[in-house]
Amino acid sequence: MTTATFLIQYLNALQYGLLLFLVASGLTLIFGIMGVINLAHGSFYMTGAYMAYALAPWVEGHLGGGFFVTLAVGVILAVALGYVLEWAFFSYLHEREHLQQVLMTYGLILVFEELRSLIVGDDVHGVKAPEWLAGSIPLGDVMTYPVYRLFMSGVCIVLALAMYWLFRHTRLGMRIRAGSTNREMVQNLGIDVSRLYRVVFAGGVALAVFAGMLAAPVSSVYPGMGNQVLIVCFVVVVIGGIGSIRGALLASLLIGVVDTFGKVLLPQAAGVLVYVLMALILLWKPGGLFKAG
Amino acid sequence: MKSMFKLHATALLTAGALALPAFAQQAPLKVGLMLPATGTFAALGTAIENGFKLYVTEQGGKLGGRDIQYFKVDDESEPSKATDNVNKLIKRDNVDVLIGTVHSGVAMAMAKAAKDSGTLLIVPNAGADAVTGPMCAPNIFRSSFSNWQQGYAMGDWVHKRGHKNVVTIAWKYAAGDETIAGFKDSFQKAGGKVVKELSLPFPNVEFQALLTEIAALKPDAVYTFFAGGGAVKFVKDYAAAGLKKSIPLYGAGFLTDGTLEAQGTDAEGIHTTLHYADGLGTARDNAFRVAYVRTYRLPPDVYAVQGYDAAQMLAAGLAGTKGDISRKADFSAALRKAKIDSPRGTFTLSKNHNPVQDFYVRQVVGKENKPAGVAIKALADPGRGCSMQ
Repeated sequence: MTTATFLIQYLNALQYGLLLFLVASGLTLIFGIMGVINLAHGSFYMTGAYMAYALAPWVEGHLGGGFFVTLAVGVILAVALGYVLEWAFFSYLHEREHLQQVLMTYGLILVFEELRSLIVGDDVHGVKAPEWLAGSIPLGDVMTYPVYRLFMSGVCIVLALAMYWLFRHTRLGMRIRAGSTNREMVQNLGIDVSRLYRVVFAGGVALAVFAGMLAAPVSSVYPGMGNQVLIVCFVVVVIGGIGSIRGALLASLLIGVVDTFGKVLLPQAAGVLVYVLMALILLWKPGGLFKAG
Repeated sequence: MKSMFKLHATALLTAGALALPAFAQQAPLKVGLMLPATGTFAALGTAIENGFKLYVTEQGGKLGGRDIQYFKVDDESEPSKATDNVNKLIKRDNVDVLIGTVHSGVAMAMAKAAKDSGTLLIVPNAGADAVTGPMCAPNIFRSSFSNWQQGYAMGDWVHKRGHKNVVTIAWKYAAGDETIAGFKDSFQKAGGKVVKELSLPFPNVEFQALLTEIAALKPDAVYTFFAGGGAVKFVKDYAAAGLKKSIPLYGAGFLTDGTLEAQGTDAEGIHTTLHYADGLGTARDNAFRVAYVRTYRLPPDVYAVQGYDAAQMLAAGLAGTKGDISRKADFSAALRKAKIDSPRGTFTLSKNHNPVQDFYVRQVVGKENKPAGVAIKALADPGRGCSMQ
């Protein structure tokens, strides 16, 4: 492997890791703060991708179009969806056992898949990147790198920083952190924890939907796409430490590197390397890299 | 939803019973359709069923002089439920013939059950080599292709285009491995060299690392097997990585089948091989396509053809036994001798009961896989591991 190829592979790893972080951060939030195992998280990611496909024409017709407008509409819908889902289903799950949470959220996966099938069908769809991001820059003599992929990485970094700021330096962030540590105490101090949870859940859903919309032009849109993402997202959450945003970021980048170089250097074992990494880290730190709370 | 009885035949039966004194009415032939009605392959299952029923309708609703009674099970493309599902048809419904399915893992379970019970099985899609290899049996037939066949068809042709060093890339699972093995067989026989075989776990779609590897290896061409969502993403990523300009991409037919709408211009010009193409232009194919569109208001595809031919094969076997499906040896012998007048072109069956058929080179033009010649004529699957003579 030449130095140039090595560097390009590193870029691939970084880019994959960052996108993974965007999806997994919502999962670790919901898992860590509300204590709910949300198997339906992958479905939210899929919903996002399908929104990118289905909303664009509608936005073009009614709001004049535009990539960011579509994203904004998608996120608003996602927040609403998250809010309603929390109110209707997840608010009953906080105090329940994990098994019941798993059963219910698994049920939601089936519901989402079936709804997707009824509303948009089972076909595979492509989504175009916006015109001004559609170009690519040359890397090496035959390869080019799509600008959109770099843009995606940039967006992920900005969001990671924004999340860090929100949790560390705002009153809402402080309440969320407190609520995850001791729910009863926060409640006794006069803070409406249920509403707080609803906000967190809506935020988590919005993150997954946003990730799906952002990834749609490079991932294409197809049935069952959420389930693939879900498994590796759980690996991210477990490696990073449940509920830790910082851990999720580090874990995503680690998985990006292991997955990318694993495929090239150890193709026979590419399927298991990520899980081997998880096992090793758990042996070393059973609570994950950064255990929250 | 699991299973539905279609008892429209009941009316016919009653009518038959009333007329009994006049002539002995044969009971309807029980056909068990085990196809995906939900999930990723649902559209494929529908096309196969449509094709099958189109042929039956064209024959006046009868095959071998017998009415057809359908029993349906949704196999969900789920191998873990396959044995239970196929036994519903064999043991509960007592079907005379099984038609199914799309997913190779499910088809293998069906082949096992068919072999054990002796029930006639016609596989209308799944390409797993083993179905007509180690699993082959006098009562197991296939109306589609073997994975080896579709790969083998491309190797020689790619070499003739002047490509000497090729990198292959596919999912690491049976269909991917078998297709690539077929390609290597003929490409190396022609004198080409497979520089590297890249693979990634099924159904992983993070191709970027491997595309970078291809750019570093700089082969003359790339041969690939992907299908469905993976095929869409691979073709788009390949173009986005700038490789399409300098390293031509070739693939098994499913790379560009049912995916062109999503692939858009990134698929333009790609060559693939398959036993069918859009618009072959033969009278037989034109008639089939017109009838299909008229009946179902859907564009016909290779899956519809395979379903249609499964019905033709059933009819050919029944013709040799005067509609009596219990004469298994005679049925098998008749079908082995039959010439199936398929929309794809006439085919016969090899000793291991797989079609001996022409493979077409197709090139993506706009939203269609246009035929661009015949890659290989009358290609037979070698049936490795099959002991039938």
